[in-house]
Amino acid sequence: MMTREEALYRFALRMGDNALVLSHRLSQWCGHGPVLEEDMAQTNIALDLIGQARNYLTYAGELEGKGRDEDDLAYLRTDREYTNVQLVELPNGDYAFTIARSFLFDAFHLPLLKAMASGKDERLKAIAEKAVKEVTYHLRHSSEWLVRFGDGTDESHRRAQAALDELWRFTGELFEADEAEQALAKDGTIPALADLRKEWNATVDRVLGEATLKRPDDGHMAHGGKRGVHTEHLGHMLAEMQVLQRAHPGAEW
Amino acid sequence: MKTVAEIEALLAEVKDPEIPVISLRELGVLRDIQVEDGRVEVTITPTYTGCPAMDVMRLGVEKALRKAGVGNFRVRQVLSPAWTTDWISEEGKQKLLAYGIAPPPHSSDVRTLTGKGPAIACPQCGSSDTVLVSHFGSTACKALYKCNTCKEPFDLFKCH
Ligand SMILES: [Zn+2]
Repeated sequence: MMTREEALYRFALRMGDNALVLSHRLSQWCGHGPVLEEDMAQTNIALDLIGQARNYLTYAGELEGKGRDEDDLAYLRTDREYTNVQLVELPNGDYAFTIARSFLFDAFHLPLLKAMASGKDERLKAIAEKAVKEVTYHLRHSSEWLVRFGDGTDESHRRAQAALDELWRFTGELFEADEAEQALAKDGTIPALADLRKEWNATVDRVLGEATLKRPDDGHMAHGGKRGVHTEHLGHMLAEMQVLQRAHPGAEW
Repeated sequence: MKTVAEIEALLAEVKDPEIPVISLRELGVLRDIQVEDGRVEVTITPTYTGCPAMDVMRLGVEKALRKAGVGNFRVRQVLSPAWTTDWISEEGKQKLLAYGIAPPPHSSDVRTLTGKGPAIACPQCGSSDTVLVSHFGSTACKALYKCNTCKEPFDLFKCH
């Protein structure tokens, strides 16, 4: 049986890892966006997410009580110690893939934050209350672009559908609660993840409908990210993200 | 020993580094000033979670206090209640406009959150024939607009 502190630590770490990994992926578009406005949009969203990650990881470090701060947790853990869902670590692909990946995550992230904002832990509440406003814009952005691609040209439609088909098997893990998430849902600190599926389904069906895209069938679902089992892509991403702190521990500028 | 009013007056000089015409008070970032037994406590709140200007704002507060000879102080950052554009003062909104940034619509106008908001007037020529170019502008707090009348692009301080 896990203590409440430990469950909170694991959950704060999970939220931080999801935000940090997606933030890093989106930041990889910096200087490479398809148009200038999108370059700025993705970097702005990445900035929101890194701000959220800092809040969660700082909190996680305090809960753990071993003196680790946000930077230690971000830069000095291996991929096996990262607990983000696999969905957010997948490489950017083409722009349709990036948008579809964000959309599937944002549609989950927003109702989760809304529920957390009325949860029982003051610190998580405060972080979520603020993040809700930011993620509202993220979901609006990814939804609008998915509609533009789906209901656009034959080529953009084809690519958006291919992205959804490829990403679908990574969506199951979003709603699978681990031991910490189950414990926190029981006492009302966070929502039961399975309960978020209804709103996620409604958002996905509404936007895909508008985008004239087909909702993929539920088949085999990938999972493991939450217990540190990742795709081969996360290690590569972290190698790049962490290289400076690994080579020069504690470096500042 | 300084009073709350004196601290407030000296902090009026601390501006948003990204919009240097508006003070932290006018922006709604400066939440509270307490003076107790000679110790000053200043409470600030971030606009956006990842706003990189926050560290500069905090430094600005610390610098202004030290410059005025206040040594015993603490700058505290709180997240809750979450900052909203409704906290930007009327004076602050006028300054934004004069600076060329359209001030934010009120957040209770739900339409602004769904993208079907009221027309945004061009800060250059006043025309309401304007169009949203991108929800994400040059900084986290701004959206990019374009005026169809004077053809100038401009920033909107977006509703939050
Ligand atoms: Zn104009």
